[in-house]
Amino acid sequence: MDLSFFVTVFDSSLRLSIPLLAACLAGLWSERSGVVDIGLEGKMLVAAFAAAAAAHAFGSAWIGLLAGIGASVAFALIHGFASISQRGNQIVSGVAINMLAVGLTAIVGNAWYGQGGRTPPLEGAERFGEVFLGHSAPVYIALLAVVVTWFVLGKTRFGLRLRAVGENPAAVDTAGISVTKLRYAAVVICGALCGLAGTYLSVGQSAGFLPNMTAGKGFIALAALIFAKWRAWPALGTCFLFGVLEVAAIRLQGIALPGIGEVPVQAIQALPYLMTVILLAGVIGKAIPPRASGVPYVKER
Amino acid sequence: MPSAIELHAINKRFGEVHANKDVNLTVERGTIHGIVGENGAGKSTLMSILYGFYEADSGEIRVNGKSVSIRSPNDAIFAGIGMVHQHFMLVEPLTVVENVMLGAEGGTMLRGGEAKVRAELARLAHDYGLEIDPDAIVGELSVGLQQRVEILKALYRGADILILDEPTAVLTPAEADALFKLLRALRAQGKTVVLITHKLREIMAVTDRVSVMRRGEMVATVETKDTSPPELAELMVGRHVLLHVEKSEREPGAPLLEVDNLSVIDNRGVLRVANVSLTVRAGEIVGIAGVAGNGQSELLETLAGMRQPVLGTIKFEGREIGFAEHNPHGMRKLGLLHVPEDRLRMGLVSAFPAFESAALGFTDDPRLGPGPLLDHDRMIADLSSKMEAYDVRPRAPRLKSSKFSGGNQQKIVLAREIERNPKVLLVGQPTRGVDIGAIEFIHRRLIALRDAGVGILLVSVELDEIMNLSDRILTMCGGQITGERKASETDEQDLGLLMAGVTEQAA
Repeated sequence: MDLSFFVTVFDSSLRLSIPLLAACLAGLWSERSGVVDIGLEGKMLVAAFAAAAAAHAFGSAWIGLLAGIGASVAFALIHGFASISQRGNQIVSGVAINMLAVGLTAIVGNAWYGQGGRTPPLEGAERFGEVFLGHSAPVYIALLAVVVTWFVLGKTRFGLRLRAVGENPAAVDTAGISVTKLRYAAVVICGALCGLAGTYLSVGQSAGFLPNMTAGKGFIALAALIFAKWRAWPALGTCFLFGVLEVAAIRLQGIALPGIGEVPVQAIQALPYLMTVILLAGVIGKAIPPRASGVPYVKER
Repeated sequence: MPSAIELHAINKRFGEVHANKDVNLTVERGTIHGIVGENGAGKSTLMSILYGFYEADSGEIRVNGKSVSIRSPNDAIFAGIGMVHQHFMLVEPLTVVENVMLGAEGGTMLRGGEAKVRAELARLAHDYGLEIDPDAIVGELSVGLQQRVEILKALYRGADILILDEPTAVLTPAEADALFKLLRALRAQGKTVVLITHKLREIMAVTDRVSVMRRGEMVATVETKDTSPPELAELMVGRHVLLHVEKSEREPGAPLLEVDNLSVIDNRGVLRVANVSLTVRAGEIVGIAGVAGNGQSELLETLAGMRQPVLGTIKFEGREIGFAEHNPHGMRKLGLLHVPEDRLRMGLVSAFPAFESAALGFTDDPRLGPGPLLDHDRMIADLSSKMEAYDVRPRAPRLKSSKFSGGNQQKIVLAREIERNPKVLLVGQPTRGVDIGAIEFIHRRLIALRDAGVGILLVSVELDEIMNLSDRILTMCGGQITGERKASETDEQDLGLLMAGVTEQAA
C-alpha cells in the first residue's frame, strides 16, 4: 500500500460522504430549530430527480442544481406547513414525504421518459465536472456549508435565536421573536441543503436519475446527525467516517481478510447504524437532542 | 404624575370561559402592587394581555398615561414592561449572556452585543447586588439564580415596570426574602413592580397596594396596610374562610411506619435520599418541609413502593417490608395508601371518566365487580357516594377526569385513598393548584383522619400548610433530614434555616 492508495481511498470516501454531509447539515438546521425531519431521504430523492430532469432539459448542471433545490424546498415547505403551521406530527409528515417522493419520482419519470423511471443519461455540461483537485463544485459547496453552518449558528443573531427556538420556543416567543418565522427559515435551509445532496447524487456522482437512488442515505445522514450530536464540525467528521466505511464495503467485496475470511458487504454497510445504536445506548457519551425537537409550539394559557 | 399602568374595561374570552370581565386596574408608579386571586381567577390572563401574549377582546391599556396597543411581547418590551414568568423562559443549554441578549442582540453579529451585555451585567450586579457568572450555563444554575437571570433579562431590556408571576413558588424562605429586598431596591430606584401571588403572607410583607381578582373580575383594590390576610382571603373566595384549621393536641399512638437509614438513587444515578430515618405513629401528622427538588418526592415514592432504595429498611407495624412486598400493590394491601404529588401524572388518568380514575389501584376490589370483571354501575355508584361526601363538583362520575378543576380532581384522589381505610396515608402536595375553599376542606379531612388514629406523612412545599397541619416537622435539604421540630415549638425563620441546609450542629 503506497501513498496513492490512501489518496484514492480518501478521494472516494470524500465523494461518497458529500451527499451524507449535505443531508446531515440539512437535518442539523431543521432539528436545531425544533423540527424533526425524517423526510431528508424523500427530499433528496425529489431533488435528484428534478435536478437530472432540468439538467437534461436545459443542458446545464447548474440549472439542475437550482431545480433540485427548488423541488426540495417545496417539499420542505409541505413539511413546514404540516408541522409548524398545523402543529401536526412531524414523524408522520416526514414518512409521508418519503413515500410521496418514491412514488412521484418513479411515476413522473416513467411518464416523461418511458425508461422505467430513469432520466436519460447526462453528459458534458449536463453534469458537474471536476473543478479542483479532481472534485466537482457541489463537493466544495457542501464543505463550505460546514463552515457557514458553524459560523451562523454560533456567531450570529439568527443562529442564537435558532438554537434557542429548538430548546425552548416559549423563551423565544416571550423575547418578542416569531417562533414560526424562525422555524420556517430553518426548514427552508434544510430543503436547500437536501437539494444540494440530491443534486450531487444524480448530476455529480452519477449521470442521471435512477428510481430510489438515495437508497437510505437520508437515514444514514440522520444517524450521522445523532452521532455528531447536532454539531457542524463533528457532522463533517462523522459523514467522512461513514464515507470511509462505504468505500471499505465496496473494496472488501470478495476479498478474504486474513484470519477472518470474507466479510459480508452487508456487515460493513450496517456499521453506521450499529455505531449509532451503540452511541444511543450511551456507550460513547450522551447524545442529547435539542429539547424542543419534535414538539409543535403551542402558546400556553 | 401619570400612573404606570392603567387598564380600562379589559375583556377576554377563551371559548366559553370569560377569563377577564371588565377588569380595571391602576398601578401607581414606584410602588409594589400585589395581585391575588385563586387559580383560574384571571390573574395570569390579565398579565399575559399586558405582556402581549394575548390580545384583549376589548378594553384599553395605558402605560405612563399614554394609550398603547400591545399586540406582542415586543410591544410590551418597547413600552418598558418586563415579565418574570412562573415557569422561567430560559434556554437551559445556553449561557447567561446568551440568554440575556436573546431578542436584544443589538446587531446581526453577536460579538458587539455580547460586550454590551457583560458591561450591563456588571453594572446591575453593582447597583442591585445581582451578581452572576455571565458564562455559566443556565441549566446548571440553582433555581434562585435562574430567576435572577430572568430579572436581569427584563432589566437589560430597560424594563420600568416589572411583572413577577408567582416568583417565590420555587424559592427557599431565605431566597424569597432576598427577592423582596431586591424588589424594594427596584422600587427605591423608581421602578414599578407588579407581584402576582397566592401567598397572602408575601402580599402583606412586601406590597404597597393589593388588588384582588375573583372569577375573572377585579373585586377590590386596597392599601396593604389597611387590610389583613383573613380579609383578603374572604375577598378572593367570596365567603368567610378559615386560613388555619383548628386541631386539638393529641398523644400519638404506636409507631406504624419506621424508616431506617434509607438511601435512594434516581434514574440518572444521583443520590436523592441520603440516610433518612423517620417514624410515623398512629394519630399524628408528620410534615416534611423543604424546597422542591430536595429528595422529598423520591422519599415519598420509595415509601409508596414506586422506587427501590439502595440502602435502608422500612418497617410497617413493626415488621420489615421484604422485597416482594415493596411495590405499590403490596404496600396498599398492608394499609399504606398514597396520594401522589402530581395528580395528573400519577393520581389519575385525565382521559378516563372520573369513575374509572377513582378505581385505579383498587380494581381487584370485589365491591367494584366480580373477579376480573368491572361493574360500571357499581363503580359509578361508589364514586357518586364519595362525591357527595367530599363535595366534588360537578357530581358527574361519568365526566372525563380532566374536566374537573384541580381542587375537585384532588378530592377524587383523596376520596379514593381515604375511603379505603388506610393505616398510614402518604400525602404529597395535597393542595397544589387547589382553590382556598377546597384547601380548607382537604385540611379538615386530613385532621379528621389523624384524629381517627391514622398516621399521616405529609410532604408539601407550602410552609404554611406544613406548619398548620403537622404535629412534628422534619426538614429536608439535599436528600437529608436537616432537622426535626415540634410544630408548636418552631417558626418560619427556624424552619427556613433548616430547609436551607443549616444543620442542627452548625446552628
